[in-house]
Amino acid sequence: MSDALVQARGLRKSFGAVEAVRGIDVDVAPGEVFGFLGPNGAGKSSTMRMIACVSPRSAGTLSVLGMDPGVDGPRIRARIGVVPQLDNLDAELSVRENLEIYGRYFGLPRRHVKEKAAELLEFAQLTERAGDTVEELSGGMKRRLTIARSLVNDPELLLLDEPTTGLDPQARHLLWDRLYRLKREGVTQIVTTHYMDEAEQLCDRLVVMDGGVIAAEGSPAELIGRYSTREVLELRFDPEHRPTAEALERHAERVEELPDRFLLYTVDGERTHGDVVGAGFVPLSSLVRRSSLEDVFLRLTGRTLVD
Amino acid sequence: MAAPTVSVARSTGRAPTALGGVGRVVEHHWRWYRRNWRATAVSSILQPLLFLLAFGVGFGALVGSGPQAAAATGGTPYLVWLAPALLAMSAAQSAAFDSTYPILSGFKWQRIYLAMSAGPITGAQVGLGVLTWTGVKMFGSGAVYVVVIAIFGGVQGPGIVVSLLAALLTGLAVASLITAFAATVENEGNAFSALFRFVVIPMTLFSGTFFPVDRLPEWVQPVVWVSPLWHGTEVARGAALGTWRLLPTLGHLAVLVGLLVVGSVLVARLFTRRLAR
Ligand SMILES: Nc1ncnc2c1ncn2[C@@H]1O[C@H](COP(=O)(O)OP(=O)(O)O)[C@@H](O)[C@H]1O
Ligand SMILES: [Mg+2]
Repeated sequence: MSDALVQARGLRKSFGAVEAVRGIDVDVAPGEVFGFLGPNGAGKSSTMRMIACVSPRSAGTLSVLGMDPGVDGPRIRARIGVVPQLDNLDAELSVRENLEIYGRYFGLPRRHVKEKAAELLEFAQLTERAGDTVEELSGGMKRRLTIARSLVNDPELLLLDEPTTGLDPQARHLLWDRLYRLKREGVTQIVTTHYMDEAEQLCDRLVVMDGGVIAAEGSPAELIGRYSTREVLELRFDPEHRPTAEALERHAERVEELPDRFLLYTVDGERTHGDVVGAGFVPLSSLVRRSSLEDVFLRLTGRTLVD
Repeated sequence: MAAPTVSVARSTGRAPTALGGVGRVVEHHWRWYRRNWRATAVSSILQPLLFLLAFGVGFGALVGSGPQAAAATGGTPYLVWLAPALLAMSAAQSAAFDSTYPILSGFKWQRIYLAMSAGPITGAQVGLGVLTWTGVKMFGSGAVYVVVIAIFGGVQGPGIVVSLLAALLTGLAVASLITAFAATVENEGNAFSALFRFVVIPMTLFSGTFFPVDRLPEWVQPVVWVSPLWHGTEVARGAALGTWRLLPTLGHLAVLVGLLVVGSVLVARLFTRRLAR
């Protein structure tokens, strides 16, 4: 038997005629942060809900913590933590009450839950707001509380579905910091996101998901190395003097044409820029950057992650 | 090179027993109630109080002790005759309110049922816990209501305690069926207003609360027989006035228990289905 915390083979989920997940293989090792990167509708949440043992799988095999969700759902759920895509806090209870009452669902004694709540309030930087009702919190605070709540049973596996979607940059960085701390403590995490920077920041290993299937798998660096070049030159042209993609192709390894700009994949962006200008194409603006997972996604699917 | 050792302590969580899971859901609601009891207590007491004042005292004075009234109530003062039925009616009504919008909110707006079932308890435990809480709250309001009735002089003897239990059974039967229905409602739409208009209100009007059902036209009688509130009212009134007879009472109780069993099974099934998809 493998020591994977989560193992899926040919995992599928259908909702009537809609095939949300169309046969995926996944292995998540203890201690790693594993990501699902994909656009809206890729099937990330459907996958997460199957791993979280709330949504029965339509086909394939799945084991979580060495058990079958179809048989041992409650026993698995007792030992994992879940941050759903949409917050489901009890808005009419206080911040502290939300933590305490949630701990009680995991069979924890009242005293233990009280101490744990105090510790988690500290962790989520919500101690000052402990007595406020959840209604009064900002989006970022609610998200932090949801993450704190997911830790009430000291989970061995933490599932985070789009943990920072809709948050401002400051709130995102605070959350990333908290997740990084958990990683250092050895908590295995599975994260879904449609932000490539989040995937790069958080994940040791990830899969690129699109249309219910996995398009590629690896560490962020491996994926970039395999599917993209070191650098990318972004060029914007005056619409009247816009060259064709073909004309640019001989200056780069690969060219992607987006509605507003060209992406030229190359080892050395500055040199390629010189070549393009030398060939008589003068861009309105240009930018050299390192390749990102966004480029990997574009390469694999021909589409951008966030539109 | 030594491999890094990752040592995660085993999780502290464990799955509660079936009853334990139901108990946790009740505890959650109790927490909520401790915070919000004023608003709910006022509305759950005020409405029956108004009924008591308007019908028991006001209408009661009008009906007075004329021979017709005496024939209808069997010679009992109208308020005493009405009180146990009001107890059953208010249980059924609060059951209907607690089992409609709050249930939809738990699934759709606040989504707290999703949070509960993401932990180790099951969808069925969530549903039965919600139903149990409805019963606990109903029993509390009913007990207060008994005291209020006593203050107005509507209590004849200790039989009213049995009336309270009959009212609770009635309310739970109604709550279980409506909660099960609410678990199938995806959008607010017209489902609940139709339910109130075509089921709950006719039920409160044609269950013999304010006047004996034999005064109703013949063709309405079948409506009366299917009404859980009529069965509950018969038992509650019989207990309070000491006028019950064994066989009909057993029949009424069998109907109510039967409805409650059917409703509870449906609640468990439909909550499971709604929460697992
Ligand atoms: N409960 C559901 N009922 C019907 N269709 C669903 C349901 N949940 C998800 N889907 C569909 O499945 C597909 C994948 O959705 P989802 O797993 O939420 O993707 P993601 O989380 O990557 O955005 C979408 O087409 C979505 O509309
Ligand atoms: Mg999603």
